[in-house]
Amino acid sequence: MANFARSGEMAFLKADKINSEIFSLTYGAMVAQIMKDYEDIEEVNRQLDRMGQNIGSRLIDELFAKTGIPVSSNFMETAEVIAKVGFKMFLGITANVVNPTPQQYSLTFRDNPMVDFVELPDNCANLRYCNLLCGVIRGALEQVQIKVECHFVRDMLRGDETNEIQVRFLEQVRESALDQSFA
Amino acid sequence: MNVFVIVGKDDNPIYQAAFISQPKGSTELCHLHQFLIHAALDCTDEQVWTTNSLFLRAVDFFHEMHTSAYVTPGHCRFMMLHDQPKIEDNLKNFFLEAHELYLKVILNPFYEPNTPITSPAFDAKIRALGKKYLS
Repeated sequence: MANFARSGEMAFLKADKINSEIFSLTYGAMVAQIMKDYEDIEEVNRQLDRMGQNIGSRLIDELFAKTGIPVSSNFMETAEVIAKVGFKMFLGITANVVNPTPQQYSLTFRDNPMVDFVELPDNCANLRYCNLLCGVIRGALEQVQIKVECHFVRDMLRGDETNEIQVRFLEQVRESALDQSFA
Repeated sequence: MNVFVIVGKDDNPIYQAAFISQPKGSTELCHLHQFLIHAALDCTDEQVWTTNSLFLRAVDFFHEMHTSAYVTPGHCRFMMLHDQPKIEDNLKNFFLEAHELYLKVILNPFYEPNTPITSPAFDAKIRALGKKYLS
């Protein structure tokens, strides 16, 4: 456990950084623009998730390349890697793993640079502002043959005392299935 | 009696709060307050170029009513109508802190600049500031 936290710290120190205000304002502007474009909150959540998935499937390679953590397809082990290395490396925060079971676990965190300055207006109570993160986790795990379902169950923007992302295991994608599709 | 109004750069009111100690003033009085603040906007626009500071002190008088102004670099005007000429220092602090709160509001990606501020959190904080500095 401790060495995940350490590799996360090391990767964070080495990585290039940007000003967190630029980051949160850019993300905010993007969400606001998507809301204007799609007008439907559920669709906005879906789009954020899809964008996240694309990001995640790229980020996981960087994570493994820069930290030297062995690639593992064990669902339970991914929890600590995401919480201590992934979050630290790309967001500068760490999450806590709560209630890990072979079927699901939750990631909780309080600080979140993405939501600086944000206050949700009344008319978008269903918006999952950080749904991008769920997509990132889903996309990343897909690359290591783990299919998961991922969603926010608690959100500080909507008045909860912490952020909680629930990750539920769906299936292990077998390599042989891939081979067959090429046959 | 204090009335605080934020006027956007296109002369549209975007926020208003009245800190009135006595129970609800008549609507007629409210109209007078708005009228006085509206009248003071012209004086503000004249005086804003005479100084480098954002805080303009009292810009207009009408009987015992003073109107003080604070102009943000984006030319958004904070107007305060009051009847206590000796509270200028408090007013300055009030405006400085209100400016900080206003900045937080305009940094919110869901807020369209120059539109009415409807955030209840902003309203609550401004009212707390009013209690702190003006009562």
